[in-house]
Amino acid sequence: MADSNPRWPLWPETAMPALPHDSAHLHVAGLARYVDDDPELPGTLHLAFGHSSEARARIVALDLAAVRAFPGVVAVFVAADIPGTNNVGPIAQDDPVLADGEVISHGQPVYLVAAETRLAARKAAQLGKVTYAPLEAAITVEQARSAGSRIEADQRMARGDAAGALAEAEHRLAGHLRIGAQDHFYLEGQVAHARPGEDGQIHVVSSSQHPSEVQHLVAHLLGKSSADVTVEVRRMGGAFGGKESQAALFAAAAALVVHRTGRPAKFRCDRDDDMIVTGKRHDFEVEYDVGHDGEGRLEAVSLRFSGRCGATMDLSPGINDRTMFHADNCYFLPAAEIVSERLKTNTVSATAFRGFGGPQGMLAIERVCDHVAARLGLDPLDVRQRNLYGPGHDVTPYSMTIEDNIAPQIIARLRETSRYDARREAIAAFNAGSPVLKKGLALTPVKFGISFTTTHLNQAGALVHVYADGSIQANHGGTEMGQGLHIKITQIVADVFGVDVNRVRITATRTDKVPNTSATAASSGADLNGMAAWRAAMAIRERMADFLAGAFGCTAQDVRFTPGGVIAGEARLSFADAARKAWLGRISLSSTGFYATPEIAYDRAAHRGHPFYYFAYGAAVSEVVVDTLTGEHKVLAVDILHDVGRSLNPAIDRGQIEGGFVQGQGWLTTEVVEWDAKGRLLNHSPATYKVLTASDRPGHMRIDFWEGENVKPTIHRSKAVGEPPLMLANSVFCAISAAIAAVNPARRELPALDAPATPEAVLRAIAGLRA
Amino acid sequence: MAVRFLLDGEVVDLAAPDPTGTLLETLRGQLRRTGTKEGCAEGDCGACTVLLGELDGSRVAWRAVNACILFLPMVHGKAVMTVESLAPQGQLNPLQACMAANGSSQCGFCTPGFVMSLHGRAIGALGSELPVADVIAGNLCRCTGYGPILEAGAAVPTLAQDDAGVAERLAGIAGEAMASGWYQGRQWFVPRSSDELVDVLAAHPDARIVAGATDVGLWVTKGLRDLDCLVFIGDVADLKAIAETPEGVRLGAGVRYAEAHGALARLHADLGELVRRIGGLQVRSSATVCGNIANGSPIGDGPPALIALGAQLTLRSASGRRTMALEDYFLEYGKQDRLPGEFVESVFVPRPQARAVVHVSKLSRRFDSDISAVLGAFVLAVEAGVITAARVAFGGMAATPRRAAGCEAALVGQPFSEATMAAAAEALRADFSPLSDVRGTAAYRIEAACALLWRLWHREQGVGVSVLDVEAC
Repeated sequence: MADSNPRWPLWPETAMPALPHDSAHLHVAGLARYVDDDPELPGTLHLAFGHSSEARARIVALDLAAVRAFPGVVAVFVAADIPGTNNVGPIAQDDPVLADGEVISHGQPVYLVAAETRLAARKAAQLGKVTYAPLEAAITVEQARSAGSRIEADQRMARGDAAGALAEAEHRLAGHLRIGAQDHFYLEGQVAHARPGEDGQIHVVSSSQHPSEVQHLVAHLLGKSSADVTVEVRRMGGAFGGKESQAALFAAAAALVVHRTGRPAKFRCDRDDDMIVTGKRHDFEVEYDVGHDGEGRLEAVSLRFSGRCGATMDLSPGINDRTMFHADNCYFLPAAEIVSERLKTNTVSATAFRGFGGPQGMLAIERVCDHVAARLGLDPLDVRQRNLYGPGHDVTPYSMTIEDNIAPQIIARLRETSRYDARREAIAAFNAGSPVLKKGLALTPVKFGISFTTTHLNQAGALVHVYADGSIQANHGGTEMGQGLHIKITQIVADVFGVDVNRVRITATRTDKVPNTSATAASSGADLNGMAAWRAAMAIRERMADFLAGAFGCTAQDVRFTPGGVIAGEARLSFADAARKAWLGRISLSSTGFYATPEIAYDRAAHRGHPFYYFAYGAAVSEVVVDTLTGEHKVLAVDILHDVGRSLNPAIDRGQIEGGFVQGQGWLTTEVVEWDAKGRLLNHSPATYKVLTASDRPGHMRIDFWEGENVKPTIHRSKAVGEPPLMLANSVFCAISAAIAAVNPARRELPALDAPATPEAVLRAIAGLRA
Repeated sequence: MAVRFLLDGEVVDLAAPDPTGTLLETLRGQLRRTGTKEGCAEGDCGACTVLLGELDGSRVAWRAVNACILFLPMVHGKAVMTVESLAPQGQLNPLQACMAANGSSQCGFCTPGFVMSLHGRAIGALGSELPVADVIAGNLCRCTGYGPILEAGAAVPTLAQDDAGVAERLAGIAGEAMASGWYQGRQWFVPRSSDELVDVLAAHPDARIVAGATDVGLWVTKGLRDLDCLVFIGDVADLKAIAETPEGVRLGAGVRYAEAHGALARLHADLGELVRRIGGLQVRSSATVCGNIANGSPIGDGPPALIALGAQLTLRSASGRRTMALEDYFLEYGKQDRLPGEFVESVFVPRPQARAVVHVSKLSRRFDSDISAVLGAFVLAVEAGVITAARVAFGGMAATPRRAAGCEAALVGQPFSEATMAAAAEALRADFSPLSDVRGTAAYRIEAACALLWRLWHREQGVGVSVLDVEAC
């Protein structure tokens, strides 16, 4: 198989197929079917949780009589009703479906109500009387640290002698940064329904990025084998990491009720409950100690990341690892020590969110660059460029040599095309004449490592069928959450056979079609599943070619699958005829495909190795204006140059870049997640949690693709695109900081701005500069 | 009694409706129209946007609403248009086709709501004169970053809409009599005139009056409350008047924010800008100005501005009418000067004098569709450089919308100068002891309130003070 360079022979060299999302025509007509849109089976029960009112407490007594007596309630379940393992944690078995003896976060599910209607379930769920004996809770990072409460030991990644280099550095500075959490705010909330099959089997339809994990957890929960549980996902109404591990809770609850009652069950979580019960992006406190020379070159960097991981392990080890992996971003750190504390708090367990810890690591080093520039009175972009990885300066803090570095070229090009220098001058002039409003400009780069850093997850499977009428079904282990994975896979498969994409039907992701899949996460969906689907299609094509070669008296190399039909020697026939002929010739027209990412290996104990197959790069320039009276700001203009390798679909990739940027902009500006002293989440609805609206989109937004293919033989030499663009929004935060600094430019200080840059945070930073 | 409405030309007859059942539940459940989505069930995300049409003379007036907090009796006698209505034969309309082709959808869950908001704009629904971004400010998208959606809205600014059949079928669907009914021991009414409303409230003085349900809706969808006796005033014809005179503007209790937008903007541009930023268009197309007053919220955006302008509130009951200064209506947190059986009939907003310095500013984390942390409103009369009168009111700074007496005193009789502003800002600090909450700390609120006074000053000096007015370099 021509695996080493799968671009050949059919993928068009010039015209990139910018096809719309495969479901776009259904989305706009309201005909795309989501989990809650499936017609309900007769007798379906509706579910709701009774939630903990305490952040941490022992359950002394549980009186559910009023819940059971509420009209319409059919059953109420507690932890003891679970026949198997009471856990939905993906790594550690520390994440109960229903609290057992002790509650560990406010809002944690304690009991599960099944009722004839959703309203009855929700109303009844408020009536339980739980007696708690409160235990001391750790809500903040400081409280967890002083209680010695961690989800795992501190991790240390180091290269060179950072302490020694710091002591000898010509200049030294230290700083601190708080980085807020972020709620996913997928528009479709958590939802699952389950129905009983024969002989104890169960079928779960879930809005999940990880159907295989839901399958395994449901099997363990009910004491069944994985073979008895099928999980199906057609599409999600947004996920962003929030349905990687978090969807399992609702699927598990529905499965439990099916198991216990024999009736179909559906759990569609209320938005406020969803925001309270499910995890968010980790918030961090970062401390840095930096040594640099007089021109801003970093000599030594010591970084300490303290992440609020919440009450359970969830995916926090990998997320916090990725924070460490991205604390260098595009910069060579001659001596670096990166320490990561993973603090266990009595707040809802933090979880995956687009970027998976990377954004926080990257923002920290961008702040370091800004700080160095402020101290030396330099343009922060000059400082950034002086510190980029380059020949001889190409080894990361985890000892991986960077082989595909294009950050210097991307930054140089964007500096020019965005007219960075001229605008910086114009902004200085604007600020000199504007006492209230101040502008800021910043260019920040992104280098994002592609691969699951847990090596064994880098595998994928696919299943392709060619039917005798020439139509094709493609199935793969990845899930569609809006990112356009299915259209990319459709294009890859259609291209193998030289047929129109309309001939390929992508089916729902199901654990009975492709087993043992990894989560659709880490931006890896198209890389992994695309290659697996390509291999499955190629296997069928090669069988067809062999057969047609025999039938038409040519060699298999002389059989070509073209948009004009199949050419076999002198013969030309339609793809449908070719398929029918092969079927009549008793050729298997179905194949699986499998792919495992090569070359990657990582020694987590030492934090050394080659965790990433390649890197995706990009850079953005943002111009903002800040109102120094009120702390309000507006993002005026954004110019992006981003690397997607050889795009599988420029329309889809553009959407990922723009959407990722705006989501990152929200994280760093308007989206506030706060818990009160008792561990209650304050922002649990769109009334108090503000994702950006249309008018917050920068008025000028230019997105260009870096022209160049992946140096690694990925599927059609493309690059992953899901997560990296989110971090382009670091430029917004840095630009706001620059605008604040214009209040008092003589101070040569970095404004003490924490993320998100709400009006209140901005005013606080301004007050600090004026003090 | 039944609730009857038109759905794509067919009459839907709900024989014994739950008066706090929502249109969204009925669409998705009984009517199997699952294109309309629930994103939040509190009117904040727009995934459930549908168009509601009612007869306005011989034409049909459409408006975009959030079906998730729209109670069924509020749909009585109206036409409903959902995303499924737009492509009945599977042929996408031009707006849908544009959105499908240009990447306006990714996950697609918010998409039907955007389609309906933009479709409403294209067929001349309430608020369709607004720019695309304002029309979709009440629709959240988490995937696209909005660019393609804004482009699609601009690319398809108008669409033909033939309402002749709808108008014909709508006439008479509601019947002549006041609709009312019982449901599980709970009673509801939809009066058609103020006189009917007076009678209903005389018989049920503690009934819950519902205008747009953008607040009360959440008591049900989030608070899970059973509301005993409901009077829906959206169909009271004589409460819908907007009277613009040289003296000012009088708004009946049924006038929705989107309907009042133009008249209020003509009183002062700041008032127009404030209304633009109250809720999304779906909320403004349901919520009334008087409802925003009547519910007594300490953070309602309308009342502080109207208080500063010197608004008068008129209440009516079987015993007659009372008129009071708007600020006197707000007694304390959760308590207003409204007697059992009484309803807010209208609010009168005087037109500010041409030379008055009027300044209204809303501070929130997000510009559009957010609740204020602080809302400040200032109306100063300045003659020969001296401030001769001052009305200053704030929202978000106390348990009710309230005037800043100390600040006003520090302004009146003083020259309009930087020194006076400094003194007034000092006085303002003593006027309020705000709370810290999810929208801001007490310290921030005080600083921001003072900042708004300074914003007024700088603006009067011709200095740029709004980030929304700035262009990129």
